[in-house]
Amino acid sequence: MRLDVSAMENSFTGQVNDCAGLFGAGADMPGMELPTCTDFDGFQKETKELMKNKKGTTTLAFIFDKGVIVAADSRASMGGYISSQTVRKIIEINPYMLGTMAGGAADCQFWHRNLGIKCRLHELANKRRISVAGASKMLANILYSYRGMGLSIGTMIAGWDEKGPGLYYVDSEGARLVGTRFSVGSGSLYAYGILDEGYRFEMSVEEAGELARRAIYHATFRDGASGGCVSVYHVGPNGWKKLSGDDVGELHYQFYPAQVTPVEQEMADAPAA
Amino acid sequence: MSRRGDWVYENNGGTCVAIAGADYCVVAADTRLSVGYSILTRDHSKICELADKCVLASSGFQGDIKVLHKNLAARELLYQHQHNKRMSCPAMAQLLSNTLYYKRFFPYYAFNVLGGLDSEGKGCVFTYDAVGSYERTGYSAQGTGSSLIMPVLDNQLKSPSPLLLPARDAVTPLSELEAVDLVKDVFASATERDIYTGDKLEIVVINKAGTKREYIELRKD
Repeated sequence: MRLDVSAMENSFTGQVNDCAGLFGAGADMPGMELPTCTDFDGFQKETKELMKNKKGTTTLAFIFDKGVIVAADSRASMGGYISSQTVRKIIEINPYMLGTMAGGAADCQFWHRNLGIKCRLHELANKRRISVAGASKMLANILYSYRGMGLSIGTMIAGWDEKGPGLYYVDSEGARLVGTRFSVGSGSLYAYGILDEGYRFEMSVEEAGELARRAIYHATFRDGASGGCVSVYHVGPNGWKKLSGDDVGELHYQFYPAQVTPVEQEMADAPAA
Repeated sequence: MSRRGDWVYENNGGTCVAIAGADYCVVAADTRLSVGYSILTRDHSKICELADKCVLASSGFQGDIKVLHKNLAARELLYQHQHNKRMSCPAMAQLLSNTLYYKRFFPYYAFNVLGGLDSEGKGCVFTYDAVGSYERTGYSAQGTGSSLIMPVLDNQLKSPSPLLLPARDAVTPLSELEAVDLVKDVFASATERDIYTGDKLEIVVINKAGTKREYIELRKD
């Protein structure tokens, strides 16, 4: 039986852009064009300044006795400008697996969609769902082959397969880590503070969702690149379900209601001249 | 501007805006083309009608934009021949995203806004960054005047986020005439404070009756 390594092939790197593919039936995917210059890294550095791509974020995920909780904010920044407050950073790869977006928005969107396609092809070829370990490995191998080219992806693959809940951290440097608690992004340090303090393995789904919501809220409070809405998902044996979506502006007053300060001295009307 | 000998990009300036309504979509862009402090022409369209219900407006480097529009129009024509129907706006949105991402390492210097009607006839606007990350929104502005225009659109048009749960109803959107007036107002304001925006405003309105185009004069200084 031949070992199937098709997941490790990718038709993207440095092929000549073959226009004949456009006119063929079921057009072939064009290869990714590279700039014709001697200094690839310098070129990428300059274009990064120019393009000001969307990034900045806080995401987190953790395993507990009833499954996996995944949460993220929804802000995207382009340099110092907030380009969107409604970005979907929790990507639904399939009905029982979620991926989170941190780093370059286009990189995450594209490669998660690509991963979803490969997972579906695996299902069709093998007549069973792919495991979380398998899906994360496929993504990690693809990202490793682009190592050093400037992709910026820090993602967590969370899902429920035959072995139970699964959580992997995969990034564009080529890392793939299995774990029970992760937070990724510019606001991750703040989220870790709340998450590590409140985490217990035995929790109800509501408690776990509330912990995740509070952790992301605190990250949006302190990190300028995080904000918008907190989305919290739960992945259980029957797949994922969205638990909550709250605007952090309103959440602030839920956690810290406005205090009515007693008035010391009221302004009096000026006497009529 | 880069000091590299092989630098191929330049910013030709300009601003694009799109607003989606219940059954219409307005896509607008100014017509000034600049290089540095010079105006090369006052009459250059940044808008491309890709399908009967799908219009793309792009600002940035016009060399890349010309070829991007040309490629997308060609792909739409192929789709028409293969599927015997025109491409829907959401389908074109994903095609544009993929087209931009395939040049991830040598990007199109184009900031795009795609507007049109979805398959239910509701207005839709898709906003992009230079390498293909995209999102469906109710309104968007891209280009040199975008940071002047977006706050005004946020103030007038912002509705509860689609990420909220339980979902909240979006505020009643503007009528078509009110949206076109808003677009004229924001461009007049952007022209006052952005040197790359001005001359003429091209407005394209898409609704179920079809597409209509209007030109408004802007300040030429």
